[in-house]
Amino acid sequence: MIEARNVSKAFGDHLVLNDLSVKFEPGKCNLIIGQSGSGKTVLMKCLVGLFEIDSGKVLYGDRVFSRMSFEEMKIIRQEIGMLFQGGALFDSMTVEENVMFPLSMFTNQTLPEKLDRANFCLSRVKLENANKLYPAEISGGMKKRVAIARAIAMNPKYLFCDEPNSGLDPLTANVIDKLISEITQEYNMTTVINTHDMNSVIEIGDRISYIHKGQLWWQGDKDSILKSDNPELNQFVFATELTRKLK
Amino acid sequence: MIKSFLFHIGRYILLMRQVFKKPEKQSIYIRQIMVEIENLGLDSVGIVAFISTFMGAVLCIQMAFNIDTPLIPLYTIGFVTRQSVVLEFSPTIISLILAGKVGSRVASELGTMRVTEQIDAIEIIGINPATYLIFPKVIAAVLINPILIMMSMILAVFGGWLAGVLTGLVSSSVYVYGIKAFFESYDIFYAMVKTVVFAFLIVSISGYHGFYTKGGALEVGASSTKGVVHSSIAIIVFNLILTKLLLA
Repeated sequence: MIEARNVSKAFGDHLVLNDLSVKFEPGKCNLIIGQSGSGKTVLMKCLVGLFEIDSGKVLYGDRVFSRMSFEEMKIIRQEIGMLFQGGALFDSMTVEENVMFPLSMFTNQTLPEKLDRANFCLSRVKLENANKLYPAEISGGMKKRVAIARAIAMNPKYLFCDEPNSGLDPLTANVIDKLISEITQEYNMTTVINTHDMNSVIEIGDRISYIHKGQLWWQGDKDSILKSDNPELNQFVFATELTRKLK
Repeated sequence: MIKSFLFHIGRYILLMRQVFKKPEKQSIYIRQIMVEIENLGLDSVGIVAFISTFMGAVLCIQMAFNIDTPLIPLYTIGFVTRQSVVLEFSPTIISLILAGKVGSRVASELGTMRVTEQIDAIEIIGINPATYLIFPKVIAAVLINPILIMMSMILAVFGGWLAGVLTGLVSSSVYVYGIKAFFESYDIFYAMVKTVVFAFLIVSISGYHGFYTKGGALEVGASSTKGVVHSSIAIIVFNLILTKLLLA
């Protein structure tokens, strides 16, 4: 389990996370939703240690991640996979080299072993015959799939996804969502997903945390979100004409 | 302004502490250093050779033009060309040119990696991004730049000979006598010390600006410009300091 306990984070005078506490359960897709500027991305970056928190704690199980040195964090980071909004693939490496990168850095596997693992991960995200292509030569959806393959290469316990289907068409977005959900269950990972996309919420939202003004405003599952009487949440969930009509 | 200067100096020192931490896997770093030697060094051979040869030629012609009294022997042309090239032109001017070429490359590469979250991705994997990205570049530059500068010295002296002989300003034997006259090997040592320090400054300062880029394409361009300008300023300042320390 991942837990943020009374976490606060400010940039100058602007308080982004205000004494926020939230838990993310293992084996489930934990979605963080909220309006732009609500603090979702800052929360995720605090969870993975890209931002230092001002107060509170970030825990991975019973390990206090937020108080660790860079060297101590490295151990936990080898249990983390992360899918960035733009994929964050290394431009100078091929698809195959991108997936093998964590293996090259942290294992003593031989090249054929690493290639086997890379091929397995790429086939798991249904991306074959793209091994030798560079990120600039593949589509946005393919980039996300390569990024997922790279994220799962080290068999992580924790998977973080920042806006995994931004910039994708609804069909491809759905494929990515389902892929993340399948992988989460298959490896019993604790998956944390930042999203704006209500389709993702309905498709894969095992546990949903609505962040508003830097605080946890509501928490529940994909069924209860549609029945909630929380006004701010309703405003977010039923923001479009389509969702209002569906309601 | 002073506050901002001190902030950048402090952050630069902290970054350098990160850069020189023990690398995760040495075999990967050795391969990275080889790649950077090619990117930062071998790719610069053409421009260094071209500029050095022509500048050597110009130095020789200017020297010959300025000798207007028979009291100064003609071999002075070769001697002064060599001294100018070894002491200042090759280590300093070529380093300034490399600050433009290599510095902009390093800053824009790291800046682009920062704004596209590639540096964050490296950090999340559990790798120290400062060491992984900047350390091989620094080592590559420190290793390859002295070779480039030696090549520059040879080509500049050759360019001077070519210009002097072809234009009839000085005979080949007199020019060669001049470049051998009063040779001090310490001058080469002085030039190499400067080259190594300048190589470190170029890559580390440009790397610093690239590494801490925030924003998008415009900011990557701004980081690249800052990298070149600040490393050039550092070269000029350290040129004075090293000259005072090593020659005075």
